[in-house]
Amino acid sequence: MTAARRPARPLARTLHPGAWWLWALAMAVAASRTTNPVILALLLAAVGCVVVRRRTDAPWALSFRMYLVFGAVIVVTRVLFRVVFGGGRGETILFTLPEIPLPDAARGIRLLGPVAADEVLGGLYDGLQLATMVICVGAANALANPKRMLKAMPGALHEVGTSVVVALTVAPQLIESAQRVRRARRLRGGREKGRKALHGILIPVLEDALERSLALAAAMASRGYGRIGATPPRARFAVGALVIGGLLGMAAGLYGLLDAAAPRHLGTPLLLGGVAVAVAGFALGGRRVRRTGYRPDRWRPGELVTVASGAAAAAVMVLATRVDPADLYPSLTPLAWPQAAPLPVLAVLLGLLPAVLAPGPPSTPSRETVA
Amino acid sequence: MITFDRVTFTYHGAARPALSGVDLRIGEGELCLVAGRTGVGKSTLLRAVNGLVPRFTGGRLSGRVAVAGTGTEERSPQEFAALVGVVGQDPLAGFVTDTVEEELAYGMEQLAIAPDTMRKRVEETIDLLGIADLRHRPLRTLSGGQQQRVAIGSVLTTHPAVLVLDEPTSALDPTAAEEVLAAVLRLVHDLGTTVLIAEHRMERVLQYADRLLHLPGDGTVRDGAPAEVIAGVDVAPPVVHLGRVAGWDPLPLSVRDARRHAPALRERLAARVPPPARSAAEDAEEAEPTLRARRITVVHGPTVAVREVALALRPGEVTALMGRNGSGKSSLLWALQGSGPRRSGTVDVAGDDPGKLPAHRARSLVGLVPQSAADLLHLRTVAAECAQADRESDAAPGTCRALLDAIAPGVGDGGHPRDLSEGQRLALVLAVQLTAAPRVMLLDEPTRGLDHHAKRAFARVVRELAERGGSVLIATHDVEFVAATADRVAVMAEGELVADGPTADVVCSSPAFAPQVAKVLRPQPWLTPEQVERALAVPESAR
Repeated sequence: MTAARRPARPLARTLHPGAWWLWALAMAVAASRTTNPVILALLLAAVGCVVVRRRTDAPWALSFRMYLVFGAVIVVTRVLFRVVFGGGRGETILFTLPEIPLPDAARGIRLLGPVAADEVLGGLYDGLQLATMVICVGAANALANPKRMLKAMPGALHEVGTSVVVALTVAPQLIESAQRVRRARRLRGGREKGRKALHGILIPVLEDALERSLALAAAMASRGYGRIGATPPRARFAVGALVIGGLLGMAAGLYGLLDAAAPRHLGTPLLLGGVAVAVAGFALGGRRVRRTGYRPDRWRPGELVTVASGAAAAAVMVLATRVDPADLYPSLTPLAWPQAAPLPVLAVLLGLLPAVLAPGPPSTPSRETVA
Repeated sequence: MITFDRVTFTYHGAARPALSGVDLRIGEGELCLVAGRTGVGKSTLLRAVNGLVPRFTGGRLSGRVAVAGTGTEERSPQEFAALVGVVGQDPLAGFVTDTVEEELAYGMEQLAIAPDTMRKRVEETIDLLGIADLRHRPLRTLSGGQQQRVAIGSVLTTHPAVLVLDEPTSALDPTAAEEVLAAVLRLVHDLGTTVLIAEHRMERVLQYADRLLHLPGDGTVRDGAPAEVIAGVDVAPPVVHLGRVAGWDPLPLSVRDARRHAPALRERLAARVPPPARSAAEDAEEAEPTLRARRITVVHGPTVAVREVALALRPGEVTALMGRNGSGKSSLLWALQGSGPRRSGTVDVAGDDPGKLPAHRARSLVGLVPQSAADLLHLRTVAAECAQADRESDAAPGTCRALLDAIAPGVGDGGHPRDLSEGQRLALVLAVQLTAAPRVMLLDEPTRGLDHHAKRAFARVVRELAERGGSVLIATHDVEFVAATADRVAVMAEGELVADGPTADVVCSSPAFAPQVAKVLRPQPWLTPEQVERALAVPESAR
């Protein structure tokens, strides 16, 4: 038997949404470790490249542009803040704006006045870091189908997931019926103003929504939604407590990990503990829920490669902070040209891998047809 | 398969039971049609099958309802999901997910069916209902008939032994209704599913039914073979009515049955001609049109909903606007009234263009009753709505109330508009719109949800409007209503007007739009059993 040659590219399919989220969060962690604009710009380019090459043409995939705009807004506001509120602390004064004198009570705050390059750059670096992290989250949003993500939730959370999906479909329905009723108001002349006009739109829309939700509730019940079988209430309470406690622990742990100033013991141990408790809760809950998923997204090599590349990027970046922090936090006093050291660049390149290694999006706007 | 044992059900606070002493034994693989007027308890009967009544509605149920031996008092509706599939009146309101494939799988996911089996069943169901090309489509973008088929498919995937359908074809055009019924018939024949259908448009389902359950309105159920039960039923499809007029026995249930008797009747009718459509319509030919539209074009985003349509409405004439779902009927009505978007073209009503006038002036020229008529109502009582309508139209107080009494006598002042029956609510909205005294009235799908009696009453109202010199344009799918009411029919397809002419000419030339009587008596141009009845009543010698 001859060894079959590996196909050059993996078959096109949609990736597990969780994989994209883990990759994007890892990239955000990597971004949180540096304020070096060169590295951040490279990181942004890498994330952008992956999004462009791997997103589908579904509506949520178009949200990435919005996140880019949002990132730019963050950077601009950070710099403006530095300029407006006393940007003068530094050696290199770029220009001087007329200072607005403040009363004694507000001493220590300066409005406008001299603007130093150090301060402006500091604002730029900070803003760029935050913007990069936000854009990483945006990348996850653009790459992962939010509804598939909800479906991938553990069995214990199934009911909550369904409610969220229903809520997501209700919002456009409400808008639609509001438009319909507003148009219908015109048929009656629509001469009322203010409160009365609002009343004329609100009442039919709400009545409509109420009727529809009753119909939906009846339909869902008759299709088996919320079958509980025989779960004692105490067991359900235990599952809830475990899950919520675990999630709180995870949140606190993540905060500790991302904020360099937080005490060290708040980071990794709390995160791992939280994950363990939450997983226990889900496992306990999942065991009692008799339900299956249609065409579940499975973890296959493509997903693993994606998550691994993100994790590797974050790990290398953390390693780089240990080895040579000076490169990652370029000095402002004295002003120094930011350098791109090999290690952080390697991290960025690792994060770029899914652009090549992850399976591409299916050509149709729908999901893949190969299971 | 389904048994009702002395079932009596009373809604909370109701004086009379909705169902009283109902005893039923429905066997496996039967197709049962549930008939009766609006509000006699058809939906109550259907929803009792899987326990939604009384668990969802409240009220008191005595006796026992059981499906395959399991009583609804033992288990919740959720646990019946594997046994009974229920599809409601508005399929869109019952969809949980947002694409066709996921919707088909939803019920199976709840019942924890193994993923491999699920995959297989989804494919089978897609083939069974002929919706393969829709599988990835978002549910909201489907047409009414497609939605209805997906809704049926989504309950079929769990392989229920019983399928309960509440008004599955009421909102559909004739062709889409045929598609849905064909799918249901296949289930009965191939899978042996027991099917319970409630339907106002009896003429569409009666011929396929093994059994007819008639609810006369006192809470009881009369049950038997369709041919026997139909004889004593006050609501009957035109073909049955024709059978009664012609004295056929047994009564025909389908056009096919009736055609066997038809030659003899055609002979009796050969010497007579149907009365000229309407005398008023003839004068109308010369009269100045009340509304003249030229080259109306409406676009919604990239799609062209109406393309360069020209239409003239004459005084004293009722015009029906037909065409499949999504052919641009509603868009045209809204554009003519002036409240909807119009890209180009002109509308001329007594020298004014309603689209260029403020809303309150436009409505005094052209009135429109939209498809969801309840959107216009927002006050707590009928009296308040009437008073509001008088103020809006600068009409004398009491105008709207007087109109309402003329259209539908006996609607109480203090009732909440939402609590009215479909027919009464339609009457109220029509009265509100007529208060502004427009000469042109546009109606969008008014007969949806009306039973035979309400429809007949509504047809009378429409005729009166026309006889007083008004013009009425009705967008509808209801072939029989058109045959009985309209002078002229315009047919739209893909935004264009493809036919426009006297009712008899247009509907008889198209199998989809032909009423049952026309199908039976073809090639003679009779449209309604009433026409035939009147013609037969006149002795030959008198002519």
